[in-house]
Amino acid sequence: MSLDKIFGLYTLGFLLVTILIGVAEYAFGLTPKWIGWIYMALSLGIYVFIGILTRTSNPDQYYVAGRGVPSIYNGMATGSDWMSAASFISMAGLISALGFFGLGYVMGWTGGYLLLAVFLGPYLRQFGAYTIPDFLSERYGGHAARIVGVISAIICSFTYLVAQVTGVGLIVARFIQIDYNIGVYLGLAGVLFCSVLGGMKSVTWTQVAQYIILIISYLVPVVYLSFTLFTIPIPELTYGRLLQQNNAKELAITADPKEKETRALWKKDADELTAKLKAGGLSEAEEASATAQRNQALVQARPTAPSETAKFGNTLTVPTGYGMWNFLALTFCLMVGTAGLPHILTRYYTTPSVKQARTSVAWSLFFIFLLYFTAPAYAAFARFAVFTRLVGSKVSELPGWVTFWQPAGLFTVVDKNGDGIVQWADFVIRSTDFVVLSMPEVAGLPFVITGLVMAGGLAAALSTADGLLLTIANAISHDLYYNVIDRHASLTKRLTITKVLLVVTAIVAAYVATFRYAVIAELVAWAFSLAAASFFPALVMGIWWKRANKAGALAGMLAGLGITTYYLIASRFYGVRWFETQTIASGIWGIPLGFIVIWVVSLMTAPPPQAVQDLVSSVRYPKSGQMVKGDPLGRDVPAR
Amino acid sequence: MADLTEGQKQAYWHYNITLTTILLVIWFVVTYIISGLMASWLNQFTFIGFPLGYYMAAQGSLAIFVIEIAVYAWLMNRKDLEFGIREEG
Repeated sequence: MSLDKIFGLYTLGFLLVTILIGVAEYAFGLTPKWIGWIYMALSLGIYVFIGILTRTSNPDQYYVAGRGVPSIYNGMATGSDWMSAASFISMAGLISALGFFGLGYVMGWTGGYLLLAVFLGPYLRQFGAYTIPDFLSERYGGHAARIVGVISAIICSFTYLVAQVTGVGLIVARFIQIDYNIGVYLGLAGVLFCSVLGGMKSVTWTQVAQYIILIISYLVPVVYLSFTLFTIPIPELTYGRLLQQNNAKELAITADPKEKETRALWKKDADELTAKLKAGGLSEAEEASATAQRNQALVQARPTAPSETAKFGNTLTVPTGYGMWNFLALTFCLMVGTAGLPHILTRYYTTPSVKQARTSVAWSLFFIFLLYFTAPAYAAFARFAVFTRLVGSKVSELPGWVTFWQPAGLFTVVDKNGDGIVQWADFVIRSTDFVVLSMPEVAGLPFVITGLVMAGGLAAALSTADGLLLTIANAISHDLYYNVIDRHASLTKRLTITKVLLVVTAIVAAYVATFRYAVIAELVAWAFSLAAASFFPALVMGIWWKRANKAGALAGMLAGLGITTYYLIASRFYGVRWFETQTIASGIWGIPLGFIVIWVVSLMTAPPPQAVQDLVSSVRYPKSGQMVKGDPLGRDVPAR
Repeated sequence: MADLTEGQKQAYWHYNITLTTILLVIWFVVTYIISGLMASWLNQFTFIGFPLGYYMAAQGSLAIFVIEIAVYAWLMNRKDLEFGIREEG
């Protein structure tokens, strides 16, 4: 059976099961808890099944899926590798809360693929190694570049991994109403099954299966909502009208006397808390809670438009001055970071040819685009639902989706001025994740769709965790152990070490995730700046400039990494500000510095050996001879 | 690959550089000029119900990125064939 057929049937089967569960919910009153369990068991079962089916001990299969993944499937796998719990659950909420500024995330996380396509992807494939540090070592010679690469890869990937594991725990806990910590370990068991049994090969095919679930579940609620509101099932075309309506509402809310009254009450709360904090004498816990309360009150006291006479409300207002600088800097850091994250870069080693690597980047972005293109629509639909169905309703008669989701603690409705009517300022958002999670109820869809969305979120978190786990384990076992410590380690030994490391890394990540440090979500954003400043300049210069040498690359990577780390920490914890740049855009200093240092130091030192320069020339012209044929699922098929 | 002559190599690489530069210029203008610096001004126009500046940042730029990469893959792969670079052969 061909791959197209397998995944076509799989998609149909998945849709059929969803319909069956829906029928069971309607006809037999299947409870949300049961629906949660069924989806959870079903999706984890599929991933484990694929893991068993594609198990392998062949190193080419284990590290790069035998370089036999056709571009369209590699595109899907990259898509779900890329789209994490944050993209799936949090991004739409971020756009809804931040307005225009939030679009920097959408542009940054897609536009980076162009950099990847033209600067790196095809050339890395032509080079044909196993990992990114492999390339650095070969190109710049010796262990030093490899080790710096390994350290950067681990720093970037581990923070990212902990965030995914936290996401898994939250989703599983909400899904089947079990303890968060149990959820973390349960989800991880699913991830480990695949990566331990079949390495990159299993992870790739699981990720394809996960992509299909996540994209279906992301699109269904908002497509349905678009259809019910506008009879056009394409939200991307219809939400423009919602933006206009939301904008009118934002202006009305700013001028509304009842809203002003509510905002004034919040402002009073905030002032009182500020005075209390100033007076001092509070314990650490009291101070933290008072600060949090004050910040929340300040958010509630904020009007929805810059002024009563403004033409645009907060959503459509484009930032100016330093706001614009931060928007551009953030977009740039996210783009370059996207092209520098090792777990994405290694995916382009898995295609059968350079041509397919190129096509594969195109497919990757297309599959990612399907979700990112829809995220701003989610944001607009959610705001519309709050503005039209919640604001103005009686506190005693809240809409169904509000009563359903309020107990989950994502938001609360308080009647601040006691008039019995919900004002916008009465809607206290604790987590903007409600935008995606509550959309099925907002659209009036049955619970089965909420179950579907949770399965999608789980797929997004697990698939990214899979890719990261493998990157970390390979960095240690292949790059550090095999290449630096013991060049003579047997194949069996290397694979065993990789497998042990996978388990150890997963357990450490799960252990860290159980502390639920608030800073984890922030650290993910940091990973982009770090990857952007450490890998991107060294990789691009390595491919595009023959004269770049070992000293330059090392100095450049360390300088980029160093200044970015400095600014991240100094701006986050010690109030350092250069040009009012936010912490999240720290890479804006490290990226150019990395390039400049590589350039200057390389010119100051001797050129790299002729063999290396020939290597650089050779990756420019695709050639045959590095391809491993065969069906990725390990059976005989006619040549593609 | 049949070995390319020096001239062919230069022609191939020159084509690659030109294409890459054009795509990057478009990428830069779309992201930083149109969707960034000019977005506020563009918002006075409406496109299928959207304020244009917001539309470009939320949708237009993304669609352009996808098209750019597809065009790159298509043109470069065609160039490979033209120069007789057949990896799968």
